[in-house]
Amino acid sequence: MIWLLCGLILIAASGVPGLFTRREGAGAERLACGLILAGALPCAWALVFACGVPRQAISWAWAVPAGRFALQLDSLSAVFVAPLLLIVAAGSIYGLGYWPQLRNPATGRKLRLFYGLISAAMLLLLTARNGVLFLLAWEVMALSGYFLITTEDRRVEVRRAGYIYLVATHCGTLALFGLFVMLEQTSGSMMFPATASLPAAGGSLIFLLGLFGFGMKAGLMPLHVWLPGAHAAAPSHASALLSGVMIKTGIYGLVRLTSFYADIPAWWGWTVLLLGAVSGVLGVALAIAQHDIKRLLAYHSVENIGIIALGLGLALLGRSYGQPTLVVLGLSGCLLHVVNHGLFKSLLFMSAGSLIHAVGSREIDHFGGLLKRQRWTGLLFLGGAVAICGLPPFNGFVSEWLIYLGAFETIKLPGSSLSLSLLAAPSLALIGGLALACFVKVFGVSFLGEPRSAAAAQAHESPRVMLWPMGMLLLACIWIGLLPTSLRPVLEQTAADWTGVRSLPRLAGEMAPLGAISLAGWLLLGLLLLAGWWLRRRSADAPRDLATWGCGYRFPVSRMQYTASSFADGLVRQFRFALRSERHGGHITGLFPDREDLFSHTPDLVLDRTLSPLFTGLAGLFHRLRRLIQNGIAAIYLLYIALALIILLALLGF
Amino acid sequence: MFSRIVLQLAVLLLFAPLPLGVINKTKALFAGRVGPPLLQPYYDLARLWRKGFVFSRTTTWIFLAGPVVGLVVPLLAALLIPFGGLPAPVSFTGDLILFVYLFGLARFFTAAAALDTGSSFEGMGAAREVFFSCLAEPTLLLALLVLARGAGSLTLGALLGPQLAGQWQGGAGAALGLIVVCLFVLLLVENSRIPFDDPNTHLELTMIHEVMVLDHSGPAFGMILYGAAMKLMVMGALLVRLILPWQTASPLLDLLLFLGGQLALAVLIGVVESSMARLKLPRVPQVLVGTTLLSVLALVLVLR
Repeated sequence: MIWLLCGLILIAASGVPGLFTRREGAGAERLACGLILAGALPCAWALVFACGVPRQAISWAWAVPAGRFALQLDSLSAVFVAPLLLIVAAGSIYGLGYWPQLRNPATGRKLRLFYGLISAAMLLLLTARNGVLFLLAWEVMALSGYFLITTEDRRVEVRRAGYIYLVATHCGTLALFGLFVMLEQTSGSMMFPATASLPAAGGSLIFLLGLFGFGMKAGLMPLHVWLPGAHAAAPSHASALLSGVMIKTGIYGLVRLTSFYADIPAWWGWTVLLLGAVSGVLGVALAIAQHDIKRLLAYHSVENIGIIALGLGLALLGRSYGQPTLVVLGLSGCLLHVVNHGLFKSLLFMSAGSLIHAVGSREIDHFGGLLKRQRWTGLLFLGGAVAICGLPPFNGFVSEWLIYLGAFETIKLPGSSLSLSLLAAPSLALIGGLALACFVKVFGVSFLGEPRSAAAAQAHESPRVMLWPMGMLLLACIWIGLLPTSLRPVLEQTAADWTGVRSLPRLAGEMAPLGAISLAGWLLLGLLLLAGWWLRRRSADAPRDLATWGCGYRFPVSRMQYTASSFADGLVRQFRFALRSERHGGHITGLFPDREDLFSHTPDLVLDRTLSPLFTGLAGLFHRLRRLIQNGIAAIYLLYIALALIILLALLGF
Repeated sequence: MFSRIVLQLAVLLLFAPLPLGVINKTKALFAGRVGPPLLQPYYDLARLWRKGFVFSRTTTWIFLAGPVVGLVVPLLAALLIPFGGLPAPVSFTGDLILFVYLFGLARFFTAAAALDTGSSFEGMGAAREVFFSCLAEPTLLLALLVLARGAGSLTLGALLGPQLAGQWQGGAGAALGLIVVCLFVLLLVENSRIPFDDPNTHLELTMIHEVMVLDHSGPAFGMILYGAAMKLMVMGALLVRLILPWQTASPLLDLLLFLGGQLALAVLIGVVESSMARLKLPRVPQVLVGTTLLSVLALVLVLR
């Protein structure tokens, strides 16, 4: 535990030396990266150690009222801490190439300071066992996140995204203040209650507050308003950290909160399940409609949070209905997907950063043909894309498979209302199909075909310092995909820690044969490599200098390729009831039409269609109200005073 | 187990192209032609095997990955499914999800390989393929759920076990009937047959699967055709077992029954292709949503 604390302090302080060095020097950024790596090592050591010793804790007196500096690393924390460390370390190395101080003298120091701070705050938050300490860490995380998002605060849209994030995160924090106060009244102390120690009675309001506060951070569907803009605005390795790790703190909060209760009302599980299905399907549908690669990836985070919530919902239902198998499968799927999504989403954000670094644009339709110019980036992005679609043999498949098994588990219980949760399976299938469509689009349009802009034709591969960290993340993805059995003890321990029940079913054998999945993965990979090697050898001396057949047209140009928007058009139209995309122009009239432009745009469902008009309307209403009351006529003000006096007198008199 | 794997793969590899020949022969009979020989698909594969490759200068290694994945995936998927009365060589809890997602992997790489050529026609085909498939995916899952409910197990082998015969006579007959309809529609969609796609048209604008593989040539194209034939047989195996759930004592008879069923299915596809026109593209999603609703109905029937 002391190791973890040492590492935490090193990581938190990693950006501080940079503040005292020259603006243009490159030494400080190397020092910051070194400090983060030096801090991550003892933390990882503590993590390895945690597997052996079940309970490690420190609990020091703290001068803050009701506060106590209590930290503990149990398996539930460890599942969230492990990807955090890997992603933080990978991101800090990647940052050396992506955001070098020499080229960003104005923003580099700020970025590194808050990168270290947010990482340390998340570590503290995930291990804190006291409400005050948790809220402190939560707030440091939220504010550092704001400064990461507004790194390039000279740009208007960045400031707007940061502002929306700030408002959203504080709405969430407000709910969390309420949550911890109510929790204190139930349990009698600000310390976290022990597992399964609270009765469900009176817990419903606490759960709703938690669902709002934590759901806001996680980006569950109606509360995701801040997420797409914020993740698009931040520098890519910061987006990777925000999307890969920070939003998971919301999931951590929900998992931790529900672990306090001995029995769970059924409607908690149903609510989480429903929100998960809505986030999953609408998140991926909104993602398909995007043109900006980082916005698209951000919407995929909403989708994946939906999948995670599906798993959590199944686990909660399992506890309500007394189905230990469902608990183990749902929770393992949920937590494994937390880890997996952290890995492949940060990989995708970093490789998207590599594209942006090379082409200088975030529009998918400005890329094209990049696999030839960025071989390694392309390969890494492809790995991430296959993993996020949940396809074998990568890690995304394993976690989705566990959630599927959980959903199918309910089929064995005839006549129970639990059977309704079966519908998690087809919604997961729909999510998977849509995600596949989306990533075929992104990969195909950005990396394949001919370059779609002059910048894409001139693109160059990113430096090694950016490629190696991504390679590390891809290796972790492959590892979980091919050797899922290695994570079995951790997942089983977590389920036991969450429920407080020691004798849960094991994640093996008939129930969830992870070994068979691993074997199938190896077999698939082996056969693919073998057939690929043969075909490559057989086609080695084939001519490669011909043009693609243009269906009879002699002079094809790269603008004739299918664009990202046209690829997605069918699906966007299918989901028009929810997406409400806008199309401008494109009306061709006459036999010899003039030049015509078509422009399509999909605004966010909740933010742009609901909240913005609502708040604008409210602001207008209050503006008018204020003009009516505060009208600048002194006589009227005197009348207010007189009226107030009379009313007060009347009230006090009776 | 090893011998069962070898047997299953041998049946698949030897038999897979034959139903395509039967479909073409049926269509020729309907049109009053003699038609190509029954074994024409085999001749085509042999011809492509001997040919060389032609590559566009736009393409990368992804272009070759498409055929490779398209060939390997049906091979692996075939190991998970029983061929009629022959039990599945490999069977474990949750293999049905692996089955569904393996085909997802094939779709990813086929569509990516199509986009690799930079041709707008192939882009069109890829877009339609992923669009229609993602609407088809929930139906497949729902159909498997209905079967899993009847079998009380989560392995494909048990799902298509001998209990099916009893279920047809029992209360679940109506649900199974609906599932058969849904699976037949899925078979036509996933294997690019009329009325959803036309494998024979030479108007690129209207094709889906065929247009995606326009630029492939030689053995790579052969791998695609072979993979498609095996996919038809593997997905057909679901349907054949569902309709002919009887089991005899002799494995040989079981195999013959299964192969007969596959050929009958091929004739049925041929009849549908001869008697129907291609649907307008905007109608295809409507049909697919319709089958999803049908399968939901089937699920409700077995859950009540």
